[in-house]
Amino acid sequence: MSHLTDLPVWAAIPVCLLLLTGSAITLIGSLGLIRLKTFYARLHAPTLGSSAGIILICLASMIAFAVLQNRWIFHEVLIVIFVVLTTPVTLMLLGQSALYRDRIEGSIDVPRKTTREEPDLSALDI
Amino acid sequence: MRYWFPYPLLSLSLLALWLLINQSISAGHILLGSALGISWAWIMVNLQPDKTRLRKIRRIAVLTGHVATDVFRSNLAVMGVILRGSSRPANSGFVTIDISLRDDNALAMLSCILTATPGTAWLEFDRQTGVLMIHVLDIENGERWSDLIKRRYEGPLKEIFE
Repeated sequence: MSHLTDLPVWAAIPVCLLLLTGSAITLIGSLGLIRLKTFYARLHAPTLGSSAGIILICLASMIAFAVLQNRWIFHEVLIVIFVVLTTPVTLMLLGQSALYRDRIEGSIDVPRKTTREEPDLSALDI
Repeated sequence: MRYWFPYPLLSLSLLALWLLINQSISAGHILLGSALGISWAWIMVNLQPDKTRLRKIRRIAVLTGHVATDVFRSNLAVMGVILRGSSRPANSGFVTIDISLRDDNALAMLSCILTATPGTAWLEFDRQTGVLMIHVLDIENGERWSDLIKRRYEGPLKEIFE
């Protein structure tokens, strides 16, 4: 994409700002993977990249190529939609496997599985 | 009509998807996209998904606005937590919420919303008891969080889907 130099200044400034903020947010999210202490806290870090990061970067791409090719470009919206729709799948998979392992190990930090109200047998114990 | 076009909304969105990917609205692509949309809707019939009717379309706009502001705010909050680092560690924890939504599509929507807002992660939903467990990165108090999710997301989703 050598013709990126053709981008006029008025378009280049917002594109650069959006691109830099988007990638900075994604970078902070990745840093969170190192800095946060527990597994469950680390689950939150990459979602920075999959929400604000991807929206800003796709917006930058939309503006840049719309100006360069002189027409409206919307298909980046599809990237955002697909990423937002598919992240819960991986996140739930990771979260549930961590929960399962912690419960098997009898970790006290993790809440027990909530079950239906069962009759209190300890009260009957004489 | 219902027989030939089992999922009109799905067919229309597939057509829109096809046109977006190909970046053209020429007659040929509209024809091809419509044919694909209708035939894929036929495949969906065999998968037998739950049919939901969208009600109160106007509420969708309000909900989208709420989600957008929450995504923005929670992004800032989570960035703050990460950059603050170990000097003042976040007080994270689990929150359980009683959810009265039962519609599959509404629940899927709720999971997308909760995942897209950093700081809340959907962990477990029990279909029998309707208890949803989420993990919150920076918890102030559990009551406030469950209240917020019930009022801001569950209410509108219930109105839209059920």
